Amino acid sequence: MKLILNEEQNYLKETALSFVSEKTPVSHLRGLRDSDDQLCWDKGIWTEMVKLGWSGILIPEEYGGSNFGLTGMSVILQECGKTLTPSPLFASGVLGATALTKFGSEEQKQKYLSKIASGELTTALAIDENSHHNPNICELKAIKDGSNYVLNGKKIFVVDGASADIIIVVARTSGEDDDVGGLSMFLVESDSSNLKKVKLDMADSRNYANITFDNVSVDETMILGEIDMGLEPINEILDVGRIALSAEMLGSCEKAFEITIEYLKERKQFGVPIGSFQALQHRAAEMFCEIELTKSAVMAAMQGAEENSNDLQRLSSLAKSIVGETSYLVSNEAVQMHGGIGVTDEYDIGFYLKRARVAETILGNSTFHQERYANLTGF
Amino acid sequence: MSDLENFRVEVKDWLDKNCPATMRAGAPADTPIDEVWGGRKAVYKNPDSKLWLDRMGEKGWTMPTVPKEYGGGGLNKEEVKILNEEMFAIGARAPLLSFGIWMLAPVLLEYGNEAQKREHLPKIIKGEIRWCQGYSEPGSGSDLASLATKAEDMGEHFLVNGQKVWTSYADKADWIFALVRTGPKEPKHSGISFLLIDMENPGVSTKPITLISGKSPFCETFFDNVEVPKENLVGELNAGWTIAKKLLQHERKFISNFGLAAGMGSKKDVVSLAKKHFGEDEGKISNPIFRSKVIDHKMKEHAFGLTLQRAADEGGKASAVASMFKYYGTEHNKRRHELMVAASGVNGLAWDGNEFDDSEKNLTRAWLRTKGNSIEGGTSEVQLNVISKRVLELPSG
Repeated sequence: MKLILNEEQNYLKETALSFVSEKTPVSHLRGLRDSDDQLCWDKGIWTEMVKLGWSGILIPEEYGGSNFGLTGMSVILQECGKTLTPSPLFASGVLGATALTKFGSEEQKQKYLSKIASGELTTALAIDENSHHNPNICELKAIKDGSNYVLNGKKIFVVDGASADIIIVVARTSGEDDDVGGLSMFLVESDSSNLKKVKLDMADSRNYANITFDNVSVDETMILGEIDMGLEPINEILDVGRIALSAEMLGSCEKAFEITIEYLKERKQFGVPIGSFQALQHRAAEMFCEIELTKSAVMAAMQGAEENSNDLQRLSSLAKSIVGETSYLVSNEAVQMHGGIGVTDEYDIGFYLKRARVAETILGNSTFHQERYANLTGF
Repeated sequence: MSDLENFRVEVKDWLDKNCPATMRAGAPADTPIDEVWGGRKAVYKNPDSKLWLDRMGEKGWTMPTVPKEYGGGGLNKEEVKILNEEMFAIGARAPLLSFGIWMLAPVLLEYGNEAQKREHLPKIIKGEIRWCQGYSEPGSGSDLASLATKAEDMGEHFLVNGQKVWTSYADKADWIFALVRTGPKEPKHSGISFLLIDMENPGVSTKPITLISGKSPFCETFFDNVEVPKENLVGELNAGWTIAKKLLQHERKFISNFGLAAGMGSKKDVVSLAKKHFGEDEGKISNPIFRSKVIDHKMKEHAFGLTLQRAADEGGKASAVASMFKYYGTEHNKRRHELMVAASGVNGLAWDGNEFDDSEKNLTRAWLRTKGNSIEGGTSEVQLNVISKRVLELPSG
């Protein structure tokens, strides 16, 4: 496994950087927030991303994608993270595309994958039921009724759930609440009757929803994968998501750090740039080291996914955990080192802090992944 | 068969015939396997150590990439990879540990003149001369460039007077590469030269320093009217600081690798010690608070290992990265030893006597020794300064 990008991946990264620098600086997110935009992302921007082929990167060519791999997708999200660019790319292009590519029937792939690639529809993955990510627990039930399944229960904090056309929902089809073998996935159209979405207002101004299923009837052709497939295959989707999200979070860390270093060079107190003070220099240098370690962990996880590493679960948890901790450090230090201006809404750095924390909770925070890594390693 | 495949067959065959059994993995447990540092004063408890060193030195494979005319192996990168793989395959021990190889040879290759390369490189490679490093002085630690050991131009030779400190294994070394002040009136960085000094010269003396670990890997080294031939000046007069900095990068790299390699390879790691002393609960370290510290530490170690790998994949560029590795590697090694001591409880603080295992007594001393890791070769604080200035380009205070 080589921990470097190839030429095409570098090219994608550069393209993404110039796209987000030009089209979606942080002021873009700020504008959406200030106008109380209910979508929380911009349709025009999404259309342009689709045109660049980003939505189809994880989708096989026969279904309209480019099958370019997770590293390519992750480096794009890393650049999106630099300007906190909101889009359905993660929920639809990563989670939805991966779930359908890995587990979809031929008919489902024909029906949905090309539309994900073309941006005609977006998806969301509904898995969490509690304030902490824990895929082992699932109370939402799907009970067979003739050729249909009837879903009852509630999913919370569904990323891009307020706008998604298709909800991929993890449901219990057998066993008790913590029996990981009795889990199945269903594709549910978001305008199904008895499905109620409530948009969440989160600190990072992105798109989330709580979704209630009150006798939602789904045809059995909408089962994604096997009935009672259990958590293991679902975890394959989650790990791809965790790796891609880690890359986005890394991008945000890198940029928040860069903005802070620039500020240390510009801001003068006592007649000198505050960056000349060793008290700040050493903390900045320590952040540099942590970011370098984080880059390596994220790179190893991306490349591990490309090569179907049998250590992928550990690499995914290593990346998500370390990027979570580094985000915490860098976002806090970034605010502190900016002094008073750092805690004003007018200045952008606060957006990085808010996004850092919300992103850390998505698909498992650092402690979740530390525990998982430790159990997988035998600590 | 390609050239490389042929080379692999040759290497395999040569190692098979020339690497003594006691120098390989699987040697009987009571075989004395000492670290071999070579030099005129070397004592070989196991004659195979000398044999193995001589054979590898003759091939130039202790420094396989160095050109043959200087005594090296003259191998290219692919060939070196094959040599390493084949040595690893039979568990062959490194034939020679050497500051000459790690620090001096790379700068001689870059800054030395033809005569110096021909004189010194073959002896480093064969392990005939053991080198030590004369950098720090009692008054010049982190502020190394303030060093005061002076070398006066006496026409035929330099006359050296002064004192070095923290010279590793000076009492066992044959030659010293030293930074000396040749331009007392120049600004401090521009009055330093890089000098090679034979320690058999009259006026050179050494005195070991006992550390908190009870061991004495370092010495004080004194120069009292020592005459050093002019030809032993490396590079230009008063241009030694550039060479000194380059050499420090090589040193930092090897110090940071040292701790990590030890941590990953060792069976006596923090996880097994914690399980032994706290107990196990369904495969987990029983003490949950200690377990969480171990997890954090081991995950950082994993990420640090990946960072070394990434740096190698990127082509090992950038000097400031050496500072990052030195800083992080040594701080990490200190934390690792603190955790091992804490995991062992009372048994992690044993000093001597028969009530404790050798491994326990060694752990205590190793733990104390790591306290020096973040000081030698530039303190952690100096490394953070280097990162601030060179990488982040923050303004000087």
